[in-house]
Amino acid sequence: MYEVLDKKIINEITKMLVVQAPDIARVCKPGQFVMIRINETGERFPLTVADFDRKKGTVTITFQEVGKSTRLLGSLNVGDKIMDFVGPLGKPSPSDKVFGTIVAIGGGCGSAIVYPVARAFKEAGNTLITINGARTMDLLIYREELESISDEFYETTDDGTCGTHGFVTTVLGDLIKQGRKIDLVFAVGPVPMMKFVAKTTEEAKIHTMVSLNSIMVDGTGMCGACRVSVDGQMKFACVDGPEFDGHKVDFDELMARLNAYVDQEAVSNEKWASEHGGAE
Amino acid sequence: MTNKEKKAAPKGKGKPPTKKAAPKRKRKPPTKKIPMPEQDAKKRSHNFDEVALGYTAKQAKAEAAKCIQCRNPKCISGCPVEVDIKGFVLLVAEGKFMEAAAMIKETNSLPAICGRVCPQETQCEATCIYGIRNEPIAIGRLERFVSDYARLHGEPLPELPDKIGKKIAVIGAGPAGLTCAGDLTNMGYDVTIYEAFHKPGGVLIYGIPEFRLPKDVVMAEVEFLEKLGVEIKYNHVIGKIRTISELMEEDGFNSVFIGSGAGAPNFMRIAGMNLINVFSANEFLTRVNLMKAYKFPEYDTPVKVGKRIAIIGGGNVAMDAARTSLRLGAEAMIVYRRAREQLPARLEEVHHAEEEGVDFNFLVNPIEVLGDEKGSVIGMKCIRMELGEPDDSGRRRPVPIEGSEFDLDVDMVIVAIGNSPNPIIPESTPGLKISRWGTIEINEETGMTDVSGVFAGGDIVTGAATVISAMGAGKRAARGIHDFLNK
Ligand SMILES: Cc1cc2nc3c(=O)[nH]c(=O)nc-3n(C[C@H](O)[C@H](O)[C@H](O)COP(=O)(O)OP(=O)(O)OC[C@H]3O[C@@H](n4cnc5c(N)ncnc54)[C@H](O)[C@@H]3O)c2cc1C
Ligand SMILES: Cc1cc2nc3c(=O)[nH]c(=O)nc-3n(C[C@H](O)[C@H](O)[C@H](O)COP(=O)(O)OP(=O)(O)OC[C@H]3O[C@@H](n4cnc5c(N)ncnc54)[C@H](O)[C@@H]3O)c2cc1C
Ligand code: SF4
Ligand code: SF4
Ligand code: FES
Repeated sequence: MYEVLDKKIINEITKMLVVQAPDIARVCKPGQFVMIRINETGERFPLTVADFDRKKGTVTITFQEVGKSTRLLGSLNVGDKIMDFVGPLGKPSPSDKVFGTIVAIGGGCGSAIVYPVARAFKEAGNTLITINGARTMDLLIYREELESISDEFYETTDDGTCGTHGFVTTVLGDLIKQGRKIDLVFAVGPVPMMKFVAKTTEEAKIHTMVSLNSIMVDGTGMCGACRVSVDGQMKFACVDGPEFDGHKVDFDELMARLNAYVDQEAVSNEKWASEHGGAE
Repeated sequence: MTNKEKKAAPKGKGKPPTKKAAPKRKRKPPTKKIPMPEQDAKKRSHNFDEVALGYTAKQAKAEAAKCIQCRNPKCISGCPVEVDIKGFVLLVAEGKFMEAAAMIKETNSLPAICGRVCPQETQCEATCIYGIRNEPIAIGRLERFVSDYARLHGEPLPELPDKIGKKIAVIGAGPAGLTCAGDLTNMGYDVTIYEAFHKPGGVLIYGIPEFRLPKDVVMAEVEFLEKLGVEIKYNHVIGKIRTISELMEEDGFNSVFIGSGAGAPNFMRIAGMNLINVFSANEFLTRVNLMKAYKFPEYDTPVKVGKRIAIIGGGNVAMDAARTSLRLGAEAMIVYRRAREQLPARLEEVHHAEEEGVDFNFLVNPIEVLGDEKGSVIGMKCIRMELGEPDDSGRRRPVPIEGSEFDLDVDMVIVAIGNSPNPIIPESTPGLKISRWGTIEINEETGMTDVSGVFAGGDIVTGAATVISAMGAGKRAARGIHDFLNK
């Protein structure tokens, strides 16, 4: 059992939990994830290691409440226990390498995932430009954290309530147009966002990495649920990734596969809502 | 010589009625195994309860009494872990069920499982001498009976030797790891198993369905090991949370056994494999068995169930996926590129699958899974095959019949064409010798890998095989580890 030591409500739909998991905290690296099963009837689902403290033996997860499992997780309080917490899984980001100038892009909850990787990139000696985007100001997360590690920091909102009115690709496109030397773009967010980031950098031939969030069951390479097409080849996101070359990923296929369980997700969601109120 | 005699004898005696008035010393007609009670096929194809119900004490005794107690019993050499079949069968005939169970446990730590899932027809029962003229003694059913009996009547723990004071780490709680751990504990070692999942058993838990191997049977066998003192740490993916060298150098383990299995599913190299209603059998079965998706939404894990499901493959995995599909309410059809005689699945499973209504398509190979614009499956393009020349495995190779393409009307596809070793351990353990199939190479005699003190066995060494061969490998490695540490 893995105890929740701290909890922060970042905004209406985004929560952060600090979980006691010393063995994972000891070795995890930016870019890796954990598989969680909250209780006996729970499903296994992946969340990125958003932060860790090797001394305290804690792992931080930040997540958006999008369905039954993430809502259940969000309902846990300090002192509650998570039944299974498996990790660190996936290949770490190459965040200890020096590329030069890196543009790190976080969209929605992706900002939480980008944060530890971007911080490591910065610590390794890269110049860090960060673009933090969301639908609206209230949904922008990790603002101070990201700003504090960045050499340049931009924010965008779809509705213009904060920062640039537009998408993360609006700012990214401008940077490219200005002829800025960019050695790597690292983007995490909703699939359409990552797809358009990859499109934006393709012509300028800027190496672009994205972190894929395919549906997973075991997270250890044993089921193939997470398979994605990269450069026409089948890859398992949980063991071969989750980070891949954005110019080679078949995003449309990934989007279709993410919708595989919409009907059942709706059932789970309704069940949760009827039992806990706050239907949506 | 004796063999020849035996074969010749019935011919000479039973065949040509030359002397009409000969005394009536007719040989008895060949006997059959006493049938094992089963759930009715119609009923069971809608539930997940165990199909075979097991012998009663009376049936077991009667079946055991048929054993002729051969002076040179061939049955034993047919069993990969050399269960003393002749001995335990005699005890069953005498009604000494607990003693029989103890005798089996001397060489086989998971008999309730083996009795249910061993391919007996190619192992112990294949070589049974009684089986030359009759159906062989139902060794598997008897083994199942006595171990179920012992479990229900409370098995005494064996006496353990004093602790040696040496620590062994076992990676994976599948049959190979569990056996290795059990044997080492019996020798006095302190054993810790590291398991990636939240439950023990490996394929026994996440792969083989409840209706064929009830999970409380597996759990009981594991609890028995825990009572002996084996410690199991769940949620530990070795290679990620700890590496093998950390286990040995920092955590003080004197030796490590790798029993991580061959869990990575293979897909076909045809178009449409990533459509959303195409699943590996592993995913489908893991969702249903380990995550209990058949109880969705009480359990949170969902599973897709089409109306008409094609299952590609002909092994136990394919049978399990097909029969699980049926139970979830689908029509299930096996698509197998070879002929019926070449099905690698256990005979009993094929038989059960047919009874339950699984449709078999032999000599058919998929060439494309067809999808709509949303990525859903709307059919599967196949081609008919015929048998050509024998291949490396000695089986006649199926070759496509030109122009015989046709579309199978299905809305979901399950791929059960085999599994490969999981790469996590090989990738994280420098010094291991890895074959081009991704399996770990070992010294056949000792079970040791190229890394001193690190042993391996089971599917990670052989590629997908059988429960009992994985157990045999676990045993061999336990002996190897003991010898290595006492050199
Ligand atoms: C490697 C990896 C790391 C991840 N890290 C994070 C993280 O740090 N924070 C975070 O909030 N989320 C993260 N996700 C996504 C997270 O796993 C899903 O949001 C979660 O499983 C949804 O479960 P649910 O039951 O709450 O929602 P569901 O009801 O299952 O799904 C609700 C909606 O989310 C979509 N969805 C379902 N599963 C996933 C998935 N695996 N990824 C993306 N969308 C999904 C569905 O299409 C559906 O529209 C990560 C995913 C992966 C693969
Ligand atoms: C659906 C199905 C049906 C089958 N039916 C039969 C049958 O009827 N009869 C028969 O004889 N055989 C059958 N088999 C084959 C048989 O189950 C396997 O050959 C056998 O289980 C192999 O045992 P193992 O211990 O080597 O590996 P596994 O049973 O695969 O166990 C390996 C264990 O190691 C764990 N693991 C993997 N990597 C790590 C890691 N890095 N760290 C920690 N733990 C790890 C896994 O989670 C798993 O629990 C079937 C297989 C399947 C898939
Ligand atoms: S372990 Fe398997 S092969 Fe050996 S006697 Fe038992 S059923 Fe037969
Ligand atoms: S070979 Fe058959 S008949 Fe002979 S001892 Fe073994 S089980 Fe009995
Ligand atoms: S989640 Fe099962 S293989 Fe990746």
